[in-house]
Amino acid sequence: MNYTADEMMAVEAARRIGDGTVCFVGIGLPSLAANLARRTHAPRSVLVYESGTIGSKPHELPLSIGDGELAETADAVVTVPEMFAYWLQGGRIDVGFLGAAQIDRHGNLNSTVIGDYDRPSVRLPGGGGAPEIALGVRDVFVMLRQSRRAFVEQLDFTTSLGDHVRVVVTDLGVLEPRDGELALTQVHPGVDPDDARAATEWDLLVARDVHETDPPTEDELGALRALRTKGQA
Amino acid sequence: MAIVPLSDAIRDFVRDGDTVALEGFTHLIPHAAGHEIIRQGRRDLTLIRMTPDVVYDQMIGMGCARKLVFSWGGNPGVGSLHRLRDAVEKGWPAPLELEEHSHAGMAAAYAAGASNLPFGVLRGYRGGDLPARTRVATVVCPFTGEELAAVPAHRPDVGIVHAQRADRHGNVQLWGILGVQKECVLASARSIVTVEEVVDQLAPVAGSIVLPSWTVGAVCVAPRGARPSYAHGYYDRDNEFYRAWDTISRDRDGFRAWMDEHVLQAVPA
Repeated sequence: MNYTADEMMAVEAARRIGDGTVCFVGIGLPSLAANLARRTHAPRSVLVYESGTIGSKPHELPLSIGDGELAETADAVVTVPEMFAYWLQGGRIDVGFLGAAQIDRHGNLNSTVIGDYDRPSVRLPGGGGAPEIALGVRDVFVMLRQSRRAFVEQLDFTTSLGDHVRVVVTDLGVLEPRDGELALTQVHPGVDPDDARAATEWDLLVARDVHETDPPTEDELGALRALRTKGQA
Repeated sequence: MAIVPLSDAIRDFVRDGDTVALEGFTHLIPHAAGHEIIRQGRRDLTLIRMTPDVVYDQMIGMGCARKLVFSWGGNPGVGSLHRLRDAVEKGWPAPLELEEHSHAGMAAAYAAGASNLPFGVLRGYRGGDLPARTRVATVVCPFTGEELAAVPAHRPDVGIVHAQRADRHGNVQLWGILGVQKECVLASARSIVTVEEVVDQLAPVAGSIVLPSWTVGAVCVAPRGARPSYAHGYYDRDNEFYRAWDTISRDRDGFRAWMDEHVLQAVPA
């Protein structure tokens, strides 16, 4: 079956969510991955959206983290101060998904600015929940398309720390921490480790046991494609 | 508390140079009130909001703001806010000072404000470059010695939120995703709540909260006043508009023309 790079990313991230995992989910690919996991091998996983919905079971993928369906299908809806204080800071979240504009070899992320902070060439949306999610959850999963612009030697700004980053799923493969820095541990079907190295500004280490990602199964792709973003045909 | 027209409430409550928070965490965003502030030409505002999105993009692009206090400024699920970017990157229509926080820090700052405390405390802002760029300090727990982050409380001059409904006495009821609306109202010196409708009696709704009338400065009827955001139980989020805003707001002339037609020429609620 044919599939896109985004679909491979979502499927590979979903596979890493164990059943019963409590996931702090952002919008876009992380939401797709977490919902896919819930609809396939991890039906008891708990999706938490930072707008305050706990245990959301959306039928369609939301466009924003606060769509009404997330509240309607939730086990509980809490306020934002409660979400960050009792639930995230309270240590009740297993996995947190983060994206960014830039990542370095230690999994530190930049979602704040490109260029100088006071005179940025691109003002990005900012950290949002990321600084506390990055250190407040047990495992951080990063989903980010791989390029030399994004996988950089030196971040323009450090928005969040990489201490809890366990895996980085890209459109080319998977990076995981080995001996204190991120190393390439998987390549997706048809990708050569040198492709991933060429799309990384720092000298990306390739793990000795690097292996090819299993392609998406028909079941995985079927479940994935049944999830549509609200408002899209 | 009085039930008054929105234009009167904005005229009486919001002054040039004020610190104003229009809150709404992806739900019940007070667009109608933001548009009235634009129509009345308020200037030099310090705008506070966790998630400034389209309505703050509009207020910034129309020159209402001097400073923005925030934690995430984007168009959810779509991308950047072009007017916010233009103000920060190019100083158009005016330079915009930023005070940037994390969500957890903003939430703690509102809760502290509502609690009449000088600062909020949290385990946050650790490492990274943000602490050097914002108003955060370290406090030491007197019991354990742990170092924690302290953020100054939000105490807006005016807090503005949208809610589903009020009764004739001005008691306000809202439900669904509640964000920091309650904290915003209770932390502010003055407050305005726009509502979808005024009813004789507030029927109980699962998960709803009530802001008693004596905690609110003014209640204004603004049907569909959250559009293109949504009001749970009344209408859905207009996701198409959020996507369209990316194009509308991309260049200055197109933005101004759209605002002229849809906001400046519009009849106030």
